[in-house]
Amino acid sequence: MVPLSWYLVLSAVLFGLGVAGFLFKRNIITIFMSIELMLNAVNLSFVAFSYYWRQIAGQIFVFFVIVVAAAEAAVGLAIIIVVFRNRQTLNVDDLEAMKF
Amino acid sequence: MDGLLPEILLSVFGTLVMVSDALTEESHKDWLGVISLVGIYSAVMAALISYVNRGTAFHGMILVDGYATFFRLLVFVIGFLTVLASFSYLKRDGLPQGEYYALILFSLAGQGLMAASSELIMIFLGLEISSISTYILAGFLRHDAKSNESALKYFFLGSFATAFLLYGVALIYGATGSTRLDAIRLAIEKGEAGGKLLAVATALMFVGFAFKVSAAPFQIWTPDVYQGAPSPVTAFLSTGPKAAAFAIFMRVFFTALPDSSEAWMWLLWISALLSMTIGNFAALMQTNIKRLLAYSSIAHAGYVLVAFASRTRIGAAAAMFYLAAYAFMNIGAFVVVSHYSSRGERYVAIDDYAGLGHRYPFLAALVTIYLLSLIGIPLTGGFFGKFYIFRAAVNADLIWLTVLGLLNSTVAAYYYLRILVVMYMQEPKESTPLDPLPAGIAATLVVSAAAVFYLGMFPGRVLEFATQAALFVPPR
Repeated sequence: MVPLSWYLVLSAVLFGLGVAGFLFKRNIITIFMSIELMLNAVNLSFVAFSYYWRQIAGQIFVFFVIVVAAAEAAVGLAIIIVVFRNRQTLNVDDLEAMKF
Repeated sequence: MDGLLPEILLSVFGTLVMVSDALTEESHKDWLGVISLVGIYSAVMAALISYVNRGTAFHGMILVDGYATFFRLLVFVIGFLTVLASFSYLKRDGLPQGEYYALILFSLAGQGLMAASSELIMIFLGLEISSISTYILAGFLRHDAKSNESALKYFFLGSFATAFLLYGVALIYGATGSTRLDAIRLAIEKGEAGGKLLAVATALMFVGFAFKVSAAPFQIWTPDVYQGAPSPVTAFLSTGPKAAAFAIFMRVFFTALPDSSEAWMWLLWISALLSMTIGNFAALMQTNIKRLLAYSSIAHAGYVLVAFASRTRIGAAAAMFYLAAYAFMNIGAFVVVSHYSSRGERYVAIDDYAGLGHRYPFLAALVTIYLLSLIGIPLTGGFFGKFYIFRAAVNADLIWLTVLGLLNSTVAAYYYLRILVVMYMQEPKESTPLDPLPAGIAATLVVSAAAVFYLGMFPGRVLEFATQAALFVPPR
């Protein structure tokens, strides 16, 4: 049987990759995908813990997270499209209408 | 079973506004705002009714107590004032009214849910309902590059923060086997919880919450988002979601994690000091008034964190009082900015306010009230807010934080007074046109000014209610 810690390590690695992608990628869509990766890394943790505690609750939480992530994707992609229409670019470095 | 009645009403009214938006003609769209006001009013009443029958609901996922009711009423009043102030703004800039009001109502439903949840998944859902609506609101000026940018940054950093919070929730669930706040605490007290896992979870949740309340070092998004969003939306963002985020921040840390409070106190300590310092010193250098108020809002989050770090009932009550006082003065200030900025938000530089004192004495007098309250001058709500916060901090032996906080509020006085100097002592460069005050805006401004004075002259009742409501804070 695969021990719990393996799942947790995998989840942490995926979450870390998401954070790294968020911080270092310059394409808006890639950044958005990094956030989705982070959320799904959390889902993995939830399912692993759900199995560990022999509770169904952890898996139900995952459904909530998926629903919320879908809502976020709908709004987020709409915002990205509006930005693209106004700027014709998907590079975050070009977003500098406001500066210190 | 009326624990969720206010949120249900807000969702119903939000849907109603959206449906009637499709069915009404352009000339009758004003009614949508009226429907929203009725919806928020009924939610306030429902919050009071559910306070009468207070207790838990839905298997302990919802907890209606004084604390929940305080924050529910606060965010609903904030929403009411925002809607009232948005009538003329939406018409002036030709924005779609139905969606705007519906999003405000949905966002309020999320914030009410946050205030009343006692379970981590419900808190997450409330937070997301509130956040997703406000992401759209921030980008409501669809053809304005700044507003687009504001929405995109708010969306990215907001979801980033949510992911951290959610990871914290998952690890707490793993460490204790529950997501109910009281059950988590029991598990920790019995020593069943994994210590390291719990420490990581606490840190992750701290990051998530600190992002949401715009506390340093997680404040970078705040100036850009507040500057780019439409001004009435900024008034809303900087008060409603922030108050609700503080509500869950304190609820989670005091109810579920009091055993490790020695450790997380230092996180709050550092974050409070950084927020006050970065907020105030960056505000000194601003030329755009919305950006200045955004930095000042970071500093004010720092003051609230000082009260939080004292980890006492009095401290929590002081934080609640401060959030209420801050809401009114900040809404007032941003609504003036929204009215004065004129179509397309052209006049938002501090220099544009030159000569306001002579040309529009009434408006200038109101601005003066809000700014004096933001500084913390006696007779205004801001004074008692700061007074209670620093008294709680001294009582909790946070002497250094108090000293540094007081020094910070002196620095803050400089940039607020600079606006007053520009308003009263400089000649106007060009005569910026100004429409007469619309009724909605006038009502919002007068109500916020009255609230600022009420909290500054008769703070007793609100503070007493807050102290009663903070009973859930365990003694140290």
